[in-house]
Amino acid sequence: MTVDAQPDAGAPKAGSFAERAHLALNDKPLRANFRRAMDGLMAKRAAQFPDAADLAALRARGAAIKERALARLPDLLEQLEARCAENGIRVHWAETTDEANRIVLGIFREHGVKTVVKGKSMVSEEMHLNAFLGEHGIQAIESDLGEYIIQLAGEMPSHIVMPCIHKNKGQIGALFAEHIEGQRYTEDVDELTAAARRVLRDRFAEADAGISGVNFAVAETGTLVLVENEGNGRLSTTLPPLHVAVMGIEKLVETLDDIPPLLALLPRSATGQPITTYVNMITSPRCEGEKDGPREVHLVLLDNGRTRVYADPELRETLRCIRCGACMNHCPVYARVGGHTYDAVYPGPIGKILTPQIAGLDVAGDLPHASSLCNACVEVCPVKIPIADILVRLRREAVRPSASNSVQGAAVKGAGDGWTLSESSVWAGWKWLHANPALYRLGARALALAGNLIPAGVPPLKAWTSVRSKPKFAPRTLHQLARDKGFDDA
Amino acid sequence: MHDSSGTRARILSRLRAAPPSPAPALPDWRAPRFDAPTRLDRFRTMLEAMKAEVHEVDAADWPRRLRTLLDNRGVRAVVHGDGSDAARQLGEAWGADPQAPRLVAYDRAVEQWKGELVHGVDAGVTLAIGGIAETGTLILWPTAAEPRLMSLLPPIHVALVEEDTIRDSFAEVVREQGWAGRMPTNVVLVSGPSKTADIEQTLAFGVHGPKELIVLVLKRAGRTYAAAG
Amino acid sequence: MSAISTPSAAVPPERPETVYFFGTCLVDLFYPQAGLAGMELLKRQGLRVVFPQDQTCCGQPARNCGFFEEARAVARAQFDAFPEPWPIVVPSGSCAGMMRVHYPQLFADQPDRERAEAFAARVYELSWFLVHVLDCKLADHGEPVTVTWHASCHSMREMGVTDEPKRLLRSLANVTLVENPRERECCGFGGTFSVRQPEVSAAMVADKIDALRSTGAAEMVTGDCGCLMNISGALDRMGGKAGPPLRSRHLAEFLLERSDDR
Repeated sequence: MTVDAQPDAGAPKAGSFAERAHLALNDKPLRANFRRAMDGLMAKRAAQFPDAADLAALRARGAAIKERALARLPDLLEQLEARCAENGIRVHWAETTDEANRIVLGIFREHGVKTVVKGKSMVSEEMHLNAFLGEHGIQAIESDLGEYIIQLAGEMPSHIVMPCIHKNKGQIGALFAEHIEGQRYTEDVDELTAAARRVLRDRFAEADAGISGVNFAVAETGTLVLVENEGNGRLSTTLPPLHVAVMGIEKLVETLDDIPPLLALLPRSATGQPITTYVNMITSPRCEGEKDGPREVHLVLLDNGRTRVYADPELRETLRCIRCGACMNHCPVYARVGGHTYDAVYPGPIGKILTPQIAGLDVAGDLPHASSLCNACVEVCPVKIPIADILVRLRREAVRPSASNSVQGAAVKGAGDGWTLSESSVWAGWKWLHANPALYRLGARALALAGNLIPAGVPPLKAWTSVRSKPKFAPRTLHQLARDKGFDDA
Repeated sequence: MHDSSGTRARILSRLRAAPPSPAPALPDWRAPRFDAPTRLDRFRTMLEAMKAEVHEVDAADWPRRLRTLLDNRGVRAVVHGDGSDAARQLGEAWGADPQAPRLVAYDRAVEQWKGELVHGVDAGVTLAIGGIAETGTLILWPTAAEPRLMSLLPPIHVALVEEDTIRDSFAEVVREQGWAGRMPTNVVLVSGPSKTADIEQTLAFGVHGPKELIVLVLKRAGRTYAAAG
Repeated sequence: MSAISTPSAAVPPERPETVYFFGTCLVDLFYPQAGLAGMELLKRQGLRVVFPQDQTCCGQPARNCGFFEEARAVARAQFDAFPEPWPIVVPSGSCAGMMRVHYPQLFADQPDRERAEAFAARVYELSWFLVHVLDCKLADHGEPVTVTWHASCHSMREMGVTDEPKRLLRSLANVTLVENPRERECCGFGGTFSVRQPEVSAAMVADKIDALRSTGAAEMVTGDCGCLMNISGALDRMGGKAGPPLRSRHLAEFLLERSDDR
């Protein structure tokens, strides 16, 4: 009936979301760090959008801009490539992260690059670029303060906009005291920030190359738009003689006129700022007579499964994402378990739909179920991605794979992996009961009479009763009561 | 070297094989407008909210005002563009004064003096081509005469902006000034000093770029608001 | 298919003479008094209320688990059970959301698409219907009491029901409504979520209870029996440990009891 059958409920599987969530939920400082940060971010975003009608118009515009760009994606990619070539930016294409890594390495080898400074880039996280370059003798230093902190700690980002949001200043103070020469332990945020500036200043000056991501690429002009607050992104793309930008193929927009509304959405949705301190628009390498800026700019376009996501018109909506992180800031699950619980580059709601599509449902099949489908993410998404519907679609692909429209095999990698005989039998039985009213009434009456005898230890009830009392079946169903009270049947 | 053209062809052909989705019309959206008397107020309020300092100064007299502001901060060396009007005005006002901060022209490629530029100057003076009232933003359009790093490396960034170049919104600027047809190497929108909130959401300034942003709004005698727009 | 995920801004229909009542399976089995109260409220507004005995479940549990075919089969049974063009009033934002928002999606490429759309267009959440269609006015015959409202995610974000239940509560003379500080946050029910991720769900419901308790209200009222089962189950398990007793009920039951002068 409504009992949510779940044959696998019970002890969390090793390495599962539930198991990692168990650890996070019992980590008091971690929970406090996230709760405080998410509450603050929600309040700041709300303050930025005081007028519901204005916000609705802006979101409609933002969604349409991204939808239009996706509708014309192959043409726009070619247009971007042509404009970049005219402007002197060299464009590379990579199907896989390995291919992208090798392209970057090839560029660096050609220029004898030894050290690299990096601006924040989620695509480079997707590529595990730092580790790859390290294995090949090139040191890549993260320069965004949050990324720098987690690089020192040897961790992954726990939020796509605020990578070290899981740490408090005490933890960061201890990390700096351990890793930065001459730095004493302090919890003073200004002092910690100054220490990072001191260390990284020299890294910027000596770097042979800079790496950055791209927030928006404008097909019309061949312009790469980067937003940031710290200035490390500008330094990484201005001071070294070589700049390599990496971006997913979905980051395109058609025209420069598309940028202002997206800029009106991105920082306000992300951190509740009216605008970031810097909006950096790069259209070419250093021109004749100019005194600074990189002499060469390369752009690496990465597929990494995005063409497969693109092949399905419903799943394609995932690719509208502008990586603001508002979905995680407003997610009641993310706020409690933090980013690392997702064990993925992209955590939170967007990660729950993106990761299984990129990595495969056989690898990340529990992510689409780590949601109460509360729609808080959908409500705040600046480009109106129907995250909850895509979560349900992925749950479906896990049990009933559909064929892909344009790539070989299933629409989603690893589809069908979630199918179990026990669960599909439960739903077959459920259908049989609920599609046959007479049977349903009989079953419901039986439950009213004897349902309370079901022991609390059976699987779905066992998980339910871990913190809740067993639901009590009423002695008579509403069907019976309605008839008793004389309500018409038709 | 990998087979880049094969990769490109495969990516594009997969995208083209996918079922088409309709391209929706762009729904109406209007950036905010401000009337002339409130435009500068908005510009100033937004910048100040982001910890920038805003001073309205006489376009003929700004070097004197700047001198006071920088002296109060103990500034000793100021980098400026090479051959700009601003540079000339600074030179005329400060050049003969041995007590004034040292003026350093950005007249070489960065490689020739990276060490000094990274560590040795206290302030950089740039000329913004315009301002945006909605967000309290300066538009920097770097050129050979106005290199990019002047607004980024020194701990203090001084930006000059002519009052009548302040517009309502970025959308208005991009459209009305025809940016799409003439994008330069680099354009930067600056809305405050360098900042971070990566540690416990606590704002800290000057993490990589300038710790302070001083905006001088240049007012010209005889010009009125009507000149704007 | 472009998914619909914005609250459906329903246009109030003209005041009908007859309405259907869709009780929901959860109410049928666990909270029949709430269903009966909803029907009684509608009846007292002068409507003829029809409860088709052939109704079962909206199909949401199967749909949310990815078993769309099973969900469709059950949805079709509801199309058959509600043949007349009368409004279908539902004492649950979640089940209403399933029927209004997700039926058209679920049947988008199916032969029954038109039936599904026509059915979906007739679905209304109870409190919304009471306020916008019936302009329901209630006299309060109860003792003074302080209550807090628990909003369900789907009634807010799929059905666009936000202030309607609170308007009904505020209209009662002896009822003081205190808003809970985390009203827009999920209670952690989420159907299968509560048993697939029991620990995360438990953390969410614990926080929800803290927020509800922080209002100092004696009673929590809600419009969704999934949330009610979750919150009241957790309250019951905690016993008196977490603070003074907090009674919890469905809105319809609460409204009926207060306005009953017998």
